[in-house]
Amino acid sequence: MEHILSWLVWLPIIGMVVITVIPRSQEDIIKKVAAFFTGVQLLFSILLWKNFDSANGSMQFMERAEWIPSFNISYILGVDGLSLPMVILTSLLCFIGVFVSWNITKAVKGYFALYLLLDTGLIGVFLALDFFLFYIFWEVVLLPMYFLIGMWGGPQREYAAIKFFLYTLFGSVLMLVGIIGLYFTCGKTFDILLLMETAPDALKNELWWGMSAIKVIWVLLFIGFAIKVPIFPFHTWLPLAHVEAPTAISVILAGVLLKLGVYGILRINYGLMPDAVWWFAGSLAFLGLINVIWGGLCALAQTDLKKLVAYSSINHMGYALLGMAAVIAAGSINGGDLKAAQAGLSGAVFQMFNHGTISAMLFILVGVIYDRAHHRDIEGFGGLANQMPIYAGITALAFFAGLGLPGLSGFISEFMCLIGAFPVFKAIVIASTIGILLNAAYFLWAFQRIFFGELNEKYSDLPEINRLELFTLIPLAVITLFFGIYPRPYLDLIKATMDVIIENVVFVANFASM
Amino acid sequence: MNNIFINYSLFILFLPLVAFVVLIFTGKRLPRQGDWVAVSAVLFTLVLSSAMFVAMLLDYNPDFSQQSGFTWMDLGAFKIEFGILVDNITIIMLLVVALISSCSHIFSLKYMEGDIRYSRYYAYLGLFTFSMNGIVLANNLISMYMSWELVGLSSYLLIAHWFEKDSAADAGKKAFLTNRVGDIGFFIGIMLIYSSIGSFLFSDVFAGVAAGKITGITLTLAGIGIFLGAMGKSSQFPLHIWLPDAMEGPTPVSALMHAATMVAAGVYMTIRLFPLFTPDALLVIAYVGGFTAIFAASIAITQNDIKKVLAYSTVSQLGYMILAVGTGVYTAAFFHLVTHAMFKANLFYGSGSVIHAMHHALHEKHDHETDPQDMRNMGGLKAKMPITYWSMLVSTLAIAGVPLFSGFLSKDAILAGTLAFAQHQPEHFLLPVFGFGAAAMTAFYMFRLIFMTFHGEHQMPELINDIHESPKEMTGPLVLLASLSVFVFYTLPNFNPISDHGWFTDLVVPRTAVVPGSMTAHEIADYAHHAHGLAMSLSIAVIVLGIALSVLIYFKKVFSAETWASKLGFLYDWSLNKFYFDENYNRFLYQPFLNLSKKVAWLDWEIYDRYFINGFAWVIEWYSRVTGKFDYDGIDQGLVDGIGRIVGATGHNLRKIQTGRLQNYLLYVVAGIIVMIIVQAF
Repeated sequence: MEHILSWLVWLPIIGMVVITVIPRSQEDIIKKVAAFFTGVQLLFSILLWKNFDSANGSMQFMERAEWIPSFNISYILGVDGLSLPMVILTSLLCFIGVFVSWNITKAVKGYFALYLLLDTGLIGVFLALDFFLFYIFWEVVLLPMYFLIGMWGGPQREYAAIKFFLYTLFGSVLMLVGIIGLYFTCGKTFDILLLMETAPDALKNELWWGMSAIKVIWVLLFIGFAIKVPIFPFHTWLPLAHVEAPTAISVILAGVLLKLGVYGILRINYGLMPDAVWWFAGSLAFLGLINVIWGGLCALAQTDLKKLVAYSSINHMGYALLGMAAVIAAGSINGGDLKAAQAGLSGAVFQMFNHGTISAMLFILVGVIYDRAHHRDIEGFGGLANQMPIYAGITALAFFAGLGLPGLSGFISEFMCLIGAFPVFKAIVIASTIGILLNAAYFLWAFQRIFFGELNEKYSDLPEINRLELFTLIPLAVITLFFGIYPRPYLDLIKATMDVIIENVVFVANFASM
Repeated sequence: MNNIFINYSLFILFLPLVAFVVLIFTGKRLPRQGDWVAVSAVLFTLVLSSAMFVAMLLDYNPDFSQQSGFTWMDLGAFKIEFGILVDNITIIMLLVVALISSCSHIFSLKYMEGDIRYSRYYAYLGLFTFSMNGIVLANNLISMYMSWELVGLSSYLLIAHWFEKDSAADAGKKAFLTNRVGDIGFFIGIMLIYSSIGSFLFSDVFAGVAAGKITGITLTLAGIGIFLGAMGKSSQFPLHIWLPDAMEGPTPVSALMHAATMVAAGVYMTIRLFPLFTPDALLVIAYVGGFTAIFAASIAITQNDIKKVLAYSTVSQLGYMILAVGTGVYTAAFFHLVTHAMFKANLFYGSGSVIHAMHHALHEKHDHETDPQDMRNMGGLKAKMPITYWSMLVSTLAIAGVPLFSGFLSKDAILAGTLAFAQHQPEHFLLPVFGFGAAAMTAFYMFRLIFMTFHGEHQMPELINDIHESPKEMTGPLVLLASLSVFVFYTLPNFNPISDHGWFTDLVVPRTAVVPGSMTAHEIADYAHHAHGLAMSLSIAVIVLGIALSVLIYFKKVFSAETWASKLGFLYDWSLNKFYFDENYNRFLYQPFLNLSKKVAWLDWEIYDRYFINGFAWVIEWYSRVTGKFDYDGIDQGLVDGIGRIVGATGHNLRKIQTGRLQNYLLYVVAGIIVMIIVQAF
């Protein structure tokens, strides 16, 4: 257990190195190597979970080493209740993604090498506790993603890749400026835990161009993260990138990449600038509302199934934003409503995980039908329920999970987000309940058009979902169902850390500077 | 005996769920496609709930109540306790659900024989029963809300059972979405209550309301929000539109849905949560219920589809129950819920039996054009289908409110309560007008149904020889439920046919609302008691009027229905077309909404993304060209030109949709680090 976090981060890189020495023609071996390394990584993350002390809300399994002493840059890794579920989710989806990619035929070696590099970047972001290291991993995610979309994607892949790249690069640059700003105002350190202690006081009375430095840095970092979430109006890279990416990459994009944004806001913005949370929570809730409504309305209008699922992600992440905003309910100005803060924040962190599993299922399901029918036009199917009953059944489960049906995990996190945000943001939450209807409308309507009615004659020989595809879907379906019925294991895992975050926002904030 | 009720309840709750799971995964491989799994599970729940019912009667304790639960979610301060609550209302409702569900399961053995998704059908029936029992047994708002939505899911699956037909798929979707509109209100109500009281448990909520933690307009709004949920499930105006369409589902499902498992949920919930409604919220409830009762009845009188008549009749009867809750006589509401469950289920099975026979006869003649549900194609079936006829007649007498039958007692209790309410608050005189008006119409359209279907000459004489009485699996439930429409089952140990006094009124005692300033249960009961005599005379008068009119038009044919229809002109037209609700919703709600979504998507993709976001790239490209030129001979040539080239190249790439170049990016990162170093130097 000594260096388990490093193992988690670097295992895929070892896999990548192994793949680079395998001859190009040995495609089967390359796939198996990728499966092996992601599989071992998954086992490691389960091991980590087993050894994790959930009663302790602070960082565990810390690793610390000098890296670039002249800039005070260190190699620091650590895991807490916020990052652990994300690590498990990432390793699970990366493992499943290998099997989703099993039928890739184009440049298999390059694909899986980049895929494993992506894996390292993602896990690294969740575990890094040095801001510089964090930024490096953040950028490491970008590179393989760019190639994976740009080379293995759909017809518009190059446009989609460059757009994704520029969009997120724009965010990264702002983030970099924010990081540098923090570095110089808070004692020239990149250590996130140290910054959590020093930043609130160091930034307290700092004014930049007549504006509070806290606000400036918050906004810079926030935009960087908001692009990943994505938060309206920084969302238009997402539908395009999702639609053009190959199935497994869509799974990673929706399942993990979007979580980087929310994670970043909670880890960095909430951790380092608790004062600004108070200033920004209202806007955050409002942006959440817009995400819910705008994403829902756009999803309703789509005719491309994959684009519908992509817009549904925007809609779903809106609930997480609402839940995050609820943290301020615990402040004494808002009556010290700790219940609401806990419900909202835990709901948001739960929603990250649930959206990860549910949207992964949705994208795999879209991939299944696309592989068979070679199109994704919702109007172009019809009556598939009798032709592919098992596929229809799992799609029904995923769609109902997406529309927040009780008994499936999405419901619990959405309702926690809403109920948590309600005491402070009554009007916003009431307006966002329209989303409950919108979700149901676009999913049920799509389901009807694809599966109900008379069978489209063109598809009377469409084969049923196969074993490999089922193998990728069943774990996700089981998780969705299990947490829908009994969410306690997840919530017990995160609750100590959630309390630490709430406490930080409520008690470390000194308000003087705002 | 302490935990027996709880344990039995748990079995009753989960057995149908087990049947659902077994059938979903193994249904097709089991002998007879596993129908026996579902049937035996539900019959077992019937045995258990009967046992509980008997124990309740032996105990005869009006205050009986037991709870048991566990912590489902615990975040420290934020906690959710799940549990079940068993009291007399629960026990009676469990029996009703088990009984009707059993009847539907048995009836379906023949009715659904040979269906392409036979095992699925039985699986969904199990899910439906489970979800409904979840609502019945809930002791907190969250698990009630969860079961509530699962009822919505089950109804969606069952209504859309024959999804090859677009109309069935549409009806399923419509049911789910209309219910979700109501559920939003329910959810907002829950949030309002939770944010004031901090608990989801009914007992805590009532205590919190009584202690004044939530008062005034907030509590009224919370009550109305919660009631909105009931309006969706119990199909109250203006959310009534889904229920008639739900007839697209198989008839035994209609029976189950209309009697015990879905529409009953809304009424049950308002009864369960009755103590927290403020007088203002109750007034809203009363008006919605009263208006729904008369509104739906006025549609039922002109429908020609036998199931549509029954559907609107259900909407109308639910309006009665809601009206009763609103006027405070919730024992009467629950009483009517129970009696109505019996005779309405029976009427649906009866109509199913008729449709089954018509369908069979049409099939023999290879006629697939004629609608087997249209009453204009029926007539004279009495001789051919005596069991169906007599059982339906008994239920019709009950629903019309004729003395000696159960419906008379329950409807009378509601009308007395409403009349008493108006006597003490004369400004609400409309409520009894709604009530008595609907009673007259009910008597009229139900006898119209009987006469058109069973009396006179058959309208398609070539069919009559192929029409037969239905098999035992179908007539059995008919006879059973028809006999349960006799008053005596509800008034034992008393035999007085004009008084509802008996075990039911003894064991389901009204509770006083916990909202400070509400009328006490005693006052309400007292007022209702005084209005009883007048209400009974009036109701018998309007019922006689309704039946007489029906006899004159449809039996004796003294007046012609056609002439009357043309005389009424647009009124008849409106009623026949259900006041054009579907058309107007479509025109003023759905289409504008869909158009809005299309506009938003267009704005998002074609305008915002294409011009604004891509415009950035364009502007930066232009800017970088300008600066590139400007600084070409500049001092810091390398740096500025470098940035310009990166931005220029990437912008260029975006515009021309070419492959991106990674070196640009790397250059940028390098530039960033240079900036960092420069900044540090200062």
